[in-house]
Amino acid sequence: MKHLKATTFLIAAALAAPLAAQEAGGRLDIVVQPEPPSLMLGLVQNGPTQLVAGDIYEGLLQYNTDLDPQPLLAESWEISEDGLTYTFHLRDGVTWHDGEPFTADDVVFSADVFLRETHARLRSSLAYVESITAPDPLTVVFQLKEPFGPFISVFETGTMPMVPKHIYEGTDFATNEMNATPIGTGPFKFEAWEKGSFIHLVKNEDYYVDGLPYLDEVYYRVIPDAASRAVAFETGEVDVLPGGSVENWDVPRLTEMEGVCSTGSGWEFFAPHAWMWLNNREGPTSDVRFRQAVMYAMDRNFQRDVVWNGFGTVATGPVSSKTNFYSDDVTIYDYNPDKAKELLEEMGYDGEAVRLLPLPYGETWQRWAEAIRQNLTEVGINVEIDSTDVAGWNEKTSQWDYDMAFTYLYQYGDPALGVSRNYTSDQISKGSPWNNVEGYENPELDEKWFSAATMISPEDRQTAYNEIQKEIVDDVPVAWLLELEFPTIYRCDIKDLVTTGIGVNDGPRNAWIEK
Amino acid sequence: MSVFVAILSRLAKAALTLLAIAVLNFCLLHAAPGDPAVVLAGEAGAADEQMIAQLRERFGLDQPFYIQLAKYVGGVAQLDLGYSFRQNAPVIDLIAERLPATLLLTLTAFVISLVLGIALGVAAAARVGKPQDSLLTTLALLFYATPLYWAALMAVLVFSVWLGWLPGFGYETVGADYTGLARVIDILKHLILPALTLGLFFMAVYMRMTRASMLEVSTADFVKTAKAKGLSGRVIRRRHILRNAILPVVTLAGLQAGQLVGGAVLTETVFAWPGIGRLMFESLAARDYNTILGVFLVSAAMVILFNIVTDIVYRLVDPRIGARA
Repeated sequence: MKHLKATTFLIAAALAAPLAAQEAGGRLDIVVQPEPPSLMLGLVQNGPTQLVAGDIYEGLLQYNTDLDPQPLLAESWEISEDGLTYTFHLRDGVTWHDGEPFTADDVVFSADVFLRETHARLRSSLAYVESITAPDPLTVVFQLKEPFGPFISVFETGTMPMVPKHIYEGTDFATNEMNATPIGTGPFKFEAWEKGSFIHLVKNEDYYVDGLPYLDEVYYRVIPDAASRAVAFETGEVDVLPGGSVENWDVPRLTEMEGVCSTGSGWEFFAPHAWMWLNNREGPTSDVRFRQAVMYAMDRNFQRDVVWNGFGTVATGPVSSKTNFYSDDVTIYDYNPDKAKELLEEMGYDGEAVRLLPLPYGETWQRWAEAIRQNLTEVGINVEIDSTDVAGWNEKTSQWDYDMAFTYLYQYGDPALGVSRNYTSDQISKGSPWNNVEGYENPELDEKWFSAATMISPEDRQTAYNEIQKEIVDDVPVAWLLELEFPTIYRCDIKDLVTTGIGVNDGPRNAWIEK
Repeated sequence: MSVFVAILSRLAKAALTLLAIAVLNFCLLHAAPGDPAVVLAGEAGAADEQMIAQLRERFGLDQPFYIQLAKYVGGVAQLDLGYSFRQNAPVIDLIAERLPATLLLTLTAFVISLVLGIALGVAAAARVGKPQDSLLTTLALLFYATPLYWAALMAVLVFSVWLGWLPGFGYETVGADYTGLARVIDILKHLILPALTLGLFFMAVYMRMTRASMLEVSTADFVKTAKAKGLSGRVIRRRHILRNAILPVVTLAGLQAGQLVGGAVLTETVFAWPGIGRLMFESLAARDYNTILGVFLVSAAMVILFNIVTDIVYRLVDPRIGARA
């Protein structure tokens, strides 16, 4: 049985951060797009909110780019041999931004009361939890009903942010006035928010890691137009363009500028995975041969090289190669239009039109839809592009009103957290665009997904997931496209900007500027 | 009927019109596809039925349509524009926060376009058929035909990226914390590009309208009479022709002024100007019903207000209008 325990050297490494070369001071201007609706991370967990609030709030653990858990608010932890008891030992001397001490009571309140009510994604993991208790102010115990393999991966800031009990207990969380001036334990404190312009964070002078953060202040700049964001970087108004801030065709131009660096790292924990939902319920897409034909008809290397400017990796199946328990021992769907035509002929496809719903996230996605339509047209599939806005996309996908629909989702480090939700039949439910929207039903595989989630040994889980991936790839419940890569573009004098598996969401914590 | 009574009666009608607009907007918006609860839940990267049900209950979307409508219109009648669940703030606060930036931008653009447009129109009409007239008319056509977003991007490229003369976006220098005159100058610098871009189109419209109207009026009998009286060309143009020719320009300006609040979406987006047009656009994307409805209503109120102002200006410019009424 594996014991996961933070060893002393890990803590030492984290605490020994200030080295002679690293210089304190300075300001970073980072683009945030679109403007977050709120910075209260316990209530809202969309991308922009995580980007900004990831500096204000913290979870018990952080994860490196190999997805290994590292200390954050918890300095060490133990997992019992039966996989049912998780004991966390909190750092001593941590305070909230308003000066109140952070204790185990805050952890119990956050996980058991606040987030259970507000955080849908965490709620499905908390379903495995029997009780959360605080035997002393610096110890928290999570007692599980049954083992849950990926449980150690749910303590990341965006998944289980710690919120202050003394501010929220007994209030209506959604309308608490303090949501406007968030209080966390993180390296930066909320200072001001000029709606439509910028969010200003300042250094937390009382941060519990000596010397951190190095930066004095961070401005998150709201610039709604993609071309204007590129200009803002070119003219020096902003220093960091987080992944997805500019259109892909601007990326080479910007990264070729002098003194500009870029990295695709920092997304490992999320591993954004893109695919097209194929409606398994009706029409041509309900036939597995049609779905396989779609896979063979697509030139995904071309899509990556041209539409995505070379960023990304062709996906082999439901699990990203960056996520734990990935396997490439599956049927590989290379570009093979002849094979696609054969399959279509075999099923007797009569040219019935299929509606393709692009993701309304900008020009790149629109072009991607056009590239795929061209590929599919070449093998004789009749495709109609059915464009809509974000709200329309949400409605059409969550109400199953589509034939093929683009999407991409985060995997959160583990197939049981971010993959199985799209394929098991208990996840077929109207109203959500994030579950088994395609309507794929395979009771045998359902069992395998469930049992792989509750295994304790990573070796057993790897074997189980290998088998699942092999089988599901043949069924093609959805058409997997690319493991997306969103490069972060920044000025090279900014050091240590991306140091963890959640990228710039916690970048300013360790970042410093070389003078 | 005195001007005062006329205005009062217009205001009373305006209030009723606004209520009718509120009802219409509400119905139209609810007929559009998209559900704010699904959008908000979706943004979290995960959603389950429990969450969506919670959100629908909080937004009041679980109630029958007519009750939602009655509650909304009842609120509007008491000047309560409702609450933005997306932004967790009263809509009136959100609008108040963004309105000054929009008014500054659009009123500046309005004044630039009106003053320059009329002046250039008069100048072109006075030199009709000459090269100056052709040049001005061609320029006006160019400005009129150039798409706003393209002009905006080009302005940023030339004056901000290449020449580095003016800031390319934003309302003021972030983090500079200027006060007093320094702040005013800073904001003015940021204002120049967006205001000119937005103003160019309307300037072209006013110029063409003024020129055409001046030429038409200049053939009228009373102009001939004025000439026969021996008045100078300048006096005739200013006192007799312009005064009559300007009425259609006032009409057009009144109509366009009303659109100033909502009409700057593109300019505000390209120049990252923190105004109400962007608030409307972003709220629409998220189906933040109350905020969209609030912005629409404020926008409609402005149209009505400017219509009333236009009527008053008519009376001042041409006293015959008041006398006829």
